[in-house]
Amino acid sequence: MTGGLVLREHRRSLPASGQAPSAATGLMILVALIVILLAAGVLAWFVSRWSATAARWVSLVAVSVDFALSLALWAGYGSAMSLAPGGAWLDQVNRVWVPQLGIHFHLALDGLSLLLITLTFFLGIISVLASWREIQEGVGFFHFNLMWILAGITGVFLAVDLFLFYFAWELMLVPMYFLIAIWGHERRVYAAVKFFIFTQLSGLLMLISILALYFIHHRQTGVYTFEYDSLLGTHMAPHTALLIMLGFFVAFAVKLPMFPFHPWLPDAHTEAPTAGSIILAGLLLKTGAYGLLRFVLPLFPGAAHRFAPVAMALAVIGIIYGALLAFGQTDLKRLVAYTSVSHLGFVLLGIFVGNSWALDGALMGMIAHGISTGALFMIVGQVQERTHTREMDRLSGLWATIPRLSGSAMFFALGSMGLPGLGDFVGEFLVLIGTYEAHLIGLTIIAVLGVLASTFYALRFVQKAFHGPNVNNWSVNDLRPREVVQLIPMVAILIWLGVYPQPVFNKFNEVLSKIQPTALQQSLHETLSSIAMPPSGGVGCCASTSTPAPPPKKAPPAIRVAGQVEAAKLIYGPAPEYPVAARKARIQGTVRLEAVVAKNGTMQNLRVLGGPPLLIRPALEVVKTWRYQQTLLNGVPVKVVTEIDVNFTLAR
Amino acid sequence: MSASDLFAILPLLILGGTPVVVMVMIAIRRSHALSAALTLIGLAAAFASLWVVVPVTPRQVTALLIVDHYALFYMGLVIAATFVVTLLSYGYFKRQEGDPEEVYVLLLIAALGSAVLVASSHFVSFFLGLEILSVSLYALNAYVHTRRIPVEAGIKYLVLAASSAAFLLFGMALIYAELGTMDFLHIREAIGAAAGASHVVLLVGTAFVITGFGFKLALVPFHLWTPDIYEGAPAPVTAFVATVSKGAMFALLLRYFYWSGTREFAPIFLVFTVIAIASMIAGNLLAMMQNNVKRILAYSSIAHMGYVMVAFLAGGEVAVQAVTFYLVAYFITTLGAFGVISVLSGSEGDADSLEDYRGLFWRRPALAGVFTAMLLSLAGIPLTAGFVAKFYVISAGASTARWLLIFVLIVTSVFGLYYYLRVLVTMYAGLAHEHGAPELPAPAAAGTPKLSLTGGIALAALTILLVWIGVYPASLLHWIHAATSGIV
Repeated sequence: MTGGLVLREHRRSLPASGQAPSAATGLMILVALIVILLAAGVLAWFVSRWSATAARWVSLVAVSVDFALSLALWAGYGSAMSLAPGGAWLDQVNRVWVPQLGIHFHLALDGLSLLLITLTFFLGIISVLASWREIQEGVGFFHFNLMWILAGITGVFLAVDLFLFYFAWELMLVPMYFLIAIWGHERRVYAAVKFFIFTQLSGLLMLISILALYFIHHRQTGVYTFEYDSLLGTHMAPHTALLIMLGFFVAFAVKLPMFPFHPWLPDAHTEAPTAGSIILAGLLLKTGAYGLLRFVLPLFPGAAHRFAPVAMALAVIGIIYGALLAFGQTDLKRLVAYTSVSHLGFVLLGIFVGNSWALDGALMGMIAHGISTGALFMIVGQVQERTHTREMDRLSGLWATIPRLSGSAMFFALGSMGLPGLGDFVGEFLVLIGTYEAHLIGLTIIAVLGVLASTFYALRFVQKAFHGPNVNNWSVNDLRPREVVQLIPMVAILIWLGVYPQPVFNKFNEVLSKIQPTALQQSLHETLSSIAMPPSGGVGCCASTSTPAPPPKKAPPAIRVAGQVEAAKLIYGPAPEYPVAARKARIQGTVRLEAVVAKNGTMQNLRVLGGPPLLIRPALEVVKTWRYQQTLLNGVPVKVVTEIDVNFTLAR
Repeated sequence: MSASDLFAILPLLILGGTPVVVMVMIAIRRSHALSAALTLIGLAAAFASLWVVVPVTPRQVTALLIVDHYALFYMGLVIAATFVVTLLSYGYFKRQEGDPEEVYVLLLIAALGSAVLVASSHFVSFFLGLEILSVSLYALNAYVHTRRIPVEAGIKYLVLAASSAAFLLFGMALIYAELGTMDFLHIREAIGAAAGASHVVLLVGTAFVITGFGFKLALVPFHLWTPDIYEGAPAPVTAFVATVSKGAMFALLLRYFYWSGTREFAPIFLVFTVIAIASMIAGNLLAMMQNNVKRILAYSSIAHMGYVMVAFLAGGEVAVQAVTFYLVAYFITTLGAFGVISVLSGSEGDADSLEDYRGLFWRRPALAGVFTAMLLSLAGIPLTAGFVAKFYVISAGASTARWLLIFVLIVTSVFGLYYYLRVLVTMYAGLAHEHGAPELPAPAAAGTPKLSLTGGIALAALTILLVWIGVYPASLLHWIHAATSGIV
């Protein structure tokens, strides 16, 4: 029963090595992105001795330069990205850092990180502008911290050496801590310490997981390395994989924040200065989602799959819980903070549902949430700067005195509640469709209720603070030109994402095919019919039945396929993904699995009989999804024990 | 003893000769600057002589001392730390009443004792080195005799150190009675020869030896002296007690337990595990309740020794490297932290109350910056040596799957974060703020002494080293690999 499915391993023909194409330019740009920010931070601190305005300008120019560079990268790799469906980095820098421990200074760029660093620099500009008037004391040190947070976040999005990643992950916390603890509001110290301790503890759990992965990989290959690409192929016992994955997951879930790990968020967001809130909501939370996409799913596909029901349940709880608590707040900033819990619940749901609809939605949700929530925090900051309060009850009737500011508040509140035509809607809608597609009807229904709840808090936000009679006789200045300039691009991007998201999705798809094996399998499945036979070599998968049949196993009754029984027929059998590490090492071979085909044709009790360690995981992952036609014994469906050979061959 | 033997212990000879020279010099002419300068020259010469000695290593000098790369590395650490303490002492003791010159004699003798410890391969040199170190520390702790608490600290240290030394001596005697040897490597052979025996006496003896180690390292339950001595002793002396004395002792602990092979005995291993866990928990929890910066650092040092024990327990070559790396980072960090305290301390007492640090950043940004770097390093935050050290220790633990120890380390170090942040928050408080009530800087602010040149140099060098190792640990690792290869 050979054949059936032979797929060309189509990535092979591309410059999959990745190192070759653009290492030289990458060296300049990727390192420069970080160095510019670090240097600007020091310079801003230094010049603030003479002029606070100079410090602001230094920061603004530095972030703008980085933003321009990231746009240049978009332009430069716009075409390359559509050519390189995963496997290869667009650009990278790789230097030995600590040879004794196998640590590399390895920054690499792909579509996902490019997207997120662009968002980082965009919100960076916004937060520098938002602090222009708000921060009047310790201006130099403030901008030092601001620049270093942005540098740390950029490092997180670019690092593909796990040590470097952890380094950047921890590094971004300290300046954030200072930002909250020094320039925050009334309960700033409490909020800052809480933030730091939550993130630090979860980060250390991730460190244990990183080290466990490092040593397991060493035991299998004899090589000490923190390289993402090398660790990808590490094979682990399911139980071990689950434990190690949980370490990563907790770190990212705290950042995200997922429902039981969120208590730091309302405090930190509320007490931080405006720039701090923008960066927290717009960027820091995204590092959690990024980590899930970049590390948890690709490194531990099996464990993540097993854990998905829990994650999805918590995500949905977060959606509802965040929305309800947001509805109950009277402090504007706290309200906006809780909406983040709800919105990021959608992102988490999308990531763990894991089909291409949901993943597209999650990514879109990340971007749109960054913009709309960032804008809301900025607006609340502007309101507070004028009125010195964030209490809804005291603010009623602002529309009369500051129509432009109130109008923008309403715009972004509508965005946040998921008004069609704006970015957030697209994200949440796609996540819901994806969840529905995955036959998770119950979760979909509850999540939809979350969307409904968001209507209540968004409308309450607008109605209580801005509408109604101006009982307190507020009379303050409306938006200044600088503030209008800040808001216009955010409005424009949100509308663009909402009305014409296709160009962004085009970028996403290549990104996703790399991140998410299951997404890849789906796309492979869809294009199965159109793929031709390979000219020479390729990944071949074939199920072979073992004959002669050994005696039937004891209960549950199952048969081994033999002569007089009609052999099981594969009806859905996508090809496995060729692991990057194995391909680099040019490992080929056959993974032999034993499986029981259940009466309904699904695969059960997969057991590995042998094969190259690096190839076992992808083979298992893909065979798990196979479906057979029912096997009939005397007309009755039965279980079948069968052996499956998955051949991995590289094209010459 | 041949000439080449004498050549091999050249660093020890220089360290032994310098205090004599300084003492004679004081007898001729009392000059603070001159004594300090002579001390620095002597230490620099001893440091340089380490390279001169390298070609003849490893060399066993009599039955007592072994001069190998490991010993030389730790001697270098001891000498460098003493050098920094001398720089700090110069500024500090200039502001104290009384004659400051003899401090340097005592410091040099204490450094000699520590250097003997890291080179010992025999119980006799172990005990000799320990006593040379301890006796000078009694006097150093109480050196500022015009104030009450330093004297109290000195007496406390004297009583407790003497009794722990008695335990240690008894333990050594028991081990000798059982095995008939006091040489570390011979102990291993003797144990191997008597395989299958129950070794009760040996175990009891080892337990007493652990008491001796535990006291000097301030591991729970032998830690009770630590907060009082840290608080009472003059800040530079505290820095010495916290670094040189503990570091030398830990170096010896590694050598003794690896060479004698007693580390692998299940009861001993269990005892160490309990001690490590208790130290991490007690140190961090008790530090959270303190309001005195020196006491906070005292309890935090207990916890840090617990962390190092995790690496020690992990075993293998990685563990020795991790311990050594951690100690280097800990030396730099602790010297830096106590350095800041020393330069802020005036004649009427050390700057050790949390209130002394309120708003320091806005008054003395450079000093506060150094202290911030040191505290972040103690907390294990990136860009500092402490981060790489903590990473290395956890990685050593993970390499041999000591998950329980690692979990305790991680959870307790998060408690640790709390009190480091408390000090940090205090330093950065006091920005007159539009939202909060303005917090006024402490009135003590005006009285902080000017930064002395020597103190400034020491702190700047320590900070640069801290960041250098934190960002680029490869060079230090290279040294450590070379130094520790002979131990396992």
